[in-house]
Amino acid sequence: MKAIIFGGTTGMGRAIARRLAERGDSVFLMGLDTDDLVRSAADLTERHPQRAEVGYAVCDLEKPDGFSAALDAADAFLGEFDAVIVTAAMYATQDALEADVDLVRRLVTVNYANTVVFCEHVRKRLLARGGGHLVVFSSVAGDRGRKPVAIYGSSKAGLSIYLEALDHKFNAAGLAVTCVKPGFVKTGMTAGLKPPPFAGEPDQVARDVVDAMDRRKPLVYTPGIWALVMLVIRSLPRFVMRKIGF
Amino acid sequence: MAVSVSDTRTDVPASSSSSPSATLSAWGRIPEKGREVLSEDLERSTLGATLCRGLGRSYGDSSLPANAADRVVATRLANRIVSFDEQTGHLVGEAGVSLAELNRLFLPRQWFTPVTPGTKFVTLGGMVASDVHGKNHHREGCFGAHVQKLRVRLADESVIECSPEEHADLFYGMIGGMGLLGHILRVEFRMHRVPSRWIRAETERVRDLDEFLAGLGRTAPQWPMTMGWIDCLTSGSSMGRGILTAGRWATAEEAPALPPPDPKERTFPIELPNWALNPVTASLFNTAYYWRHMAHRWSGLMTPDAFFYPLDAILHWNRAYGPRGFTQYQCVLPRAAGAAAVREFMFLLTKLGGASPLCVIKDCGPQGQGVLSFPLEGTSIAVDMAVSPDLQRIVDNLNAFVIETGGRIYLTKDRFTRAEHFRAMEPRLAQFVALRDKWDPKRRFRSAQSVRLFGDAA
Ligand SMILES: Cc1cc2nc3c(=O)[nH]c(=O)nc-3n(C[C@H](O)[C@H](O)[C@H](O)COP(=O)(O)OP(=O)(O)OC[C@H]3O[C@@H](n4cnc5c(N)ncnc54)[C@H](O)[C@@H]3O)c2cc1C
Ligand SMILES: NC(=O)c1ccc[n+]([C@@H]2O[C@H](COP(=O)([O-])OP(=O)(O)OC[C@H]3O[C@@H](n4cnc5c(N)ncnc54)[C@H](OP(=O)(O)O)[C@@H]3O)[C@@H](O)[C@H]2O)c1
Repeated sequence: MKAIIFGGTTGMGRAIARRLAERGDSVFLMGLDTDDLVRSAADLTERHPQRAEVGYAVCDLEKPDGFSAALDAADAFLGEFDAVIVTAAMYATQDALEADVDLVRRLVTVNYANTVVFCEHVRKRLLARGGGHLVVFSSVAGDRGRKPVAIYGSSKAGLSIYLEALDHKFNAAGLAVTCVKPGFVKTGMTAGLKPPPFAGEPDQVARDVVDAMDRRKPLVYTPGIWALVMLVIRSLPRFVMRKIGF
Repeated sequence: MAVSVSDTRTDVPASSSSSPSATLSAWGRIPEKGREVLSEDLERSTLGATLCRGLGRSYGDSSLPANAADRVVATRLANRIVSFDEQTGHLVGEAGVSLAELNRLFLPRQWFTPVTPGTKFVTLGGMVASDVHGKNHHREGCFGAHVQKLRVRLADESVIECSPEEHADLFYGMIGGMGLLGHILRVEFRMHRVPSRWIRAETERVRDLDEFLAGLGRTAPQWPMTMGWIDCLTSGSSMGRGILTAGRWATAEEAPALPPPDPKERTFPIELPNWALNPVTASLFNTAYYWRHMAHRWSGLMTPDAFFYPLDAILHWNRAYGPRGFTQYQCVLPRAAGAAAVREFMFLLTKLGGASPLCVIKDCGPQGQGVLSFPLEGTSIAVDMAVSPDLQRIVDNLNAFVIETGGRIYLTKDRFTRAEHFRAMEPRLAQFVALRDKWDPKRRFRSAQSVRLFGDAA
């Protein structure tokens, strides 16, 4: 596999990048900060069975003008990538968002609009080369309108629908699309929050996601128990959702 | 008892992350109020922080906040390998790299850490801050003896590198310094080449304490790794019976062609009630463990996991001690005090009722250069003890005895020692305080333990 991991310097993206590098896949990182990318690339090289060099390019989801150049760099390094994994995204608490409309605009733009734009660039390139794999991190927060994640969740809901439709439309043309819906996972993103029951670890998610890629699954809940949790939450009646805090 | 099996190949379970009620605890499961900051970026997250903690495998309160409002940084996400030299074994890693991960990555390539404690769920930062020792202490000293350089955040927020050549006073203070001189950001040390991925071990059932101490003395010159498990619940003539273990890496010829299977870890599923581990169940356990070792002597091949980390096979086994939690009392008695002191210690322990299934004894080599490093030439004894109303009295009495023999306790395990006892057993304290005066005059770095033992402000 020749894979780009956008967001692969931290959290679940880091865990996935390691898993791929350790089994010998070619890896290319995208992220916000050059120094950070250099250090993550070096870590992955030490883990690669052939100590293969790992490429990287700066790419900012707030700057869609840079998407093409970053993907060009990946193509040049990998010799045409065939898989792209996007874990990069913004998170803010509902309280912080309600207090700051500019933060709302940024978060919704990064997590939905610009992520879709990035995916469109990738889709075109992959289809032009006969197919490939696009894996994008959405969230269980997009499964139901809930009080603590009203805005963040809605950005992920839009993303989930887009990914579902991509799968419907382009699967036959050879484009595999995987929408990943993590439940609560203990990463830097959730560091300030209370872990609920069934909180997962990044390595566990990486295992599930790489496994889903190998089986070309269109949708993964991870840790798996969250499929059940969300089934229950989706079926709760409105009067209950109005009462409860989550 | 039902235990659930899970493949935890790369998962390093934290001993405890911020629980809902915002408390932190270490391996002994006695909580303190506070929260931890979790981030990949230690250079940023340690700004303004009073303490770092790794995987919380210390038993006591050295990784717990002095004050609930303190900024305590958990390093476990800062876990990148910065570089590894396949020729020399020179490794540079971020402070949160775990030993479990190093073993997983480098043992297949026949490189191993020069020193390992009895659990692999520790971080490089924690291994330096506690200056951990292993079964090979009599040969290799502590982990700190193999460290070449540290990258450290100082009290004034600057970041510097220290080594035996550069800021040597800080370097030797950091080794075994329990995080009280600065935050370790990166660790550089030399891994060792091993001839195979298997351990050649010999275990021997030993009838009493004298035989035990003689056995330790006999095996140490011959074997690079030794330790013993003592049944400290028996008294009379069989006091000190136990199992003596010695080992070395198997040669390429001795080792099977196949690599050791991946360890399957099990999770201790529930917290047992406080009364579950009592003198009766503990001594049943010990008798069973002792007699399970049927032959007088056994020798053969073992996996490194079985040899170094028998307790890691059951994740969260600390739940067995019940909701009140537990501690480990570990001290070292100097060789000069002789076998008599060890025997007296065991008598005292039995008399005080420090009933415990786990009692580990080990021959230590000479003291290292870490200013507050634990080991000194002599015999180290470690005993687990459940929290009970008697515990403080037991610890006080044992400490009084240890002071008399010229020994000392291991800070990373400690939660109950009194400041005056600590001062009495630690002639190196003034040297360490002078280092704090120089590098952290305002006492920014502090922990629940430093409040108790050093009198830092909470
Ligand atoms: C089952 C078991 C067996 C053990 N066997 C042994 C043994 O054989 N030999 C032995 O020596 N020890 C042993 N230990 C103890 C253990 O090795 C030490 O307590 C070790 O320090 C724990 O590492 P940690 O990463 O979990 O650190 P923590 O427990 O999180 O922290 C320990 C100390 O290190 C400091 N620290 C951690 N990271 C940093 C950093 N980045 N910068 C500055 N300070 C830092 C903390 O402030 C604290 O004072 C054992 C523990 C267990 C649970
Ligand atoms: N953790 C959870 O419980 C959870 C639950 C459901 C869904 N998710 C989703 O899972 C994915 C991975 O999250 P994680 O938990 O692994 O957290 P994470 O480590 O914080 O990963 C998020 C990454 O996105 C990057 N990023 C932020 N803004 C960016 C921008 N404008 N351009 C480019 N990159 C940007 C971050 O970079 P910096 O670190 O440099 O800012 C970080 O590397 C995210 O899509 C998240 O929404 C997480």
